Amino acid sequence: MTSFLNILLYIQIALCAACLYRIVRGPTIPDRMVGIDIFGILVVGICGIISVLTDKAFILDIGIAWVILSFIGTLTLAKYLSGKKLNE
Amino acid sequence: MRYVTVFILSMIFWLLITFSFTVSNIVAGAAAAALTSAIFGRYYFHNVGKFLQPKRWFWFLVYLVTFIRECIKANFDVAYRVLHPAMPIRPGIVKVKTTLRSDFARTLLANSITMTPGTITVDIIGDEMYIHWIFIRSEDPAVYSRMVTGRFEEYIKKFAE
Amino acid sequence: MAALILISVGVLFNLFGCLGLLRLPDMYNRLQAATKCVTLGCCSILLGVMFHYGLGSAGFRALVAIPVLFFTATVAAHALVRGAYHFGTKMDKRSVKDDYSEIVK
Repeated sequence: MTSFLNILLYIQIALCAACLYRIVRGPTIPDRMVGIDIFGILVVGICGIISVLTDKAFILDIGIAWVILSFIGTLTLAKYLSGKKLNE
Repeated sequence: MRYVTVFILSMIFWLLITFSFTVSNIVAGAAAAALTSAIFGRYYFHNVGKFLQPKRWFWFLVYLVTFIRECIKANFDVAYRVLHPAMPIRPGIVKVKTTLRSDFARTLLANSITMTPGTITVDIIGDEMYIHWIFIRSEDPAVYSRMVTGRFEEYIKKFAE
Repeated sequence: MAALILISVGVLFNLFGCLGLLRLPDMYNRLQAATKCVTLGCCSILLGVMFHYGLGSAGFRALVAIPVLFFTATVAAHALVRGAYHFGTKMDKRSVKDDYSEIVK
C-alpha cells in the first residue's frame, strides 16, 4: 500500500512539472497564468496524499489554507490581466 | 437576522475544521465568527427565512445529484477530447439568455455551467451569459441555450430564487 | 481499500487534465480542460483521504476542503478567462463563433 501511494505521489509531482513546463514555455502571458492556477490546485492533492502516507492530519490544514491563498493569488493575476487597478 | 445566519454558518465551519468541543475552543470560534459576521454580514441574502423551507432542501439534493453526475461526465468528455489523436474541437463563445433574477442564483448557475461538459462562463452582462464552448454542436440559439443550461436552470429556480 | 481506489482515480483524472494543459491549442481550451479535470481529481483524492481517516476530526477536515476547493477553483477560472479576453488573447483559428467580441470593443 505504501509503495503504491509513493508511486501516485511521484506521478502527481510529475504533473506539477508539466504545469511548470506550461509556465516556462507558454506562448502568451495568460497561458502562464493558467499554469500557475492549476499548479495551486495540484498541490492540494499532494497535501492529501502526503497526509495519508505519514498519518498526520495537520497537513490537511495546510491544504485548506493553500486553496484559499492560491485563489486570492489567481484573482490578483486576473485583475492584472484585465488592466485594472487593484482597488477598482 | 442576516448577521445571525452568517454567525451560525461560520460557527459550524469552525467546529467542523477544529473538531474539538472544549470551552476555550468554542469561545475562540465564537469570537472569530462574530468578527466575520460583523464585517461580511451585509453582503448576505436579504430574507434568510428561505433556509427553513424543506421543499427547497429537497430540490437542492436533486440538483446536487444531477450536478455530480454531470461533473463526472465532463471528465470523461475532456479525456476523450484530449486522448483522441485528431482532437475533435470546434470552440467558440455563444450568448445565452437566463431567466434567473437573484445574484446568488446566477452565481450558482455560472458555477454549474463551468463544471458541466465542455462549457465555461466568461461573463454575465444584464440577462445575457457569454459562454465559451469547446465543441459547438448547433448554430441555432434556441437549441444551444437548452443544451448549455440544461436542467440546472429550473432546479436552481426552485431552490434559490 | 476504497481510499486507495479513490486516490488512484483522482490521480488519473489529474493526468488527463495536465495532458489537456499540454496538448490543446489555445488558452481558453487549456483552461477549460485543466480546471475541470484537476478540480474533480483533487476532490476525489480528498474523498479518498476522508475514507482513510473515517468520520473523525481529520475526516471532517477533508470533507470541508471539498466545497471550498470547488467554489474557489470555478470562480478563479471564471475570473481568469474574463481577464484573458480583456487582455486580448486570440482564439484558436479553428473557432467558429465569437459573440463576446461585440461587447469588448
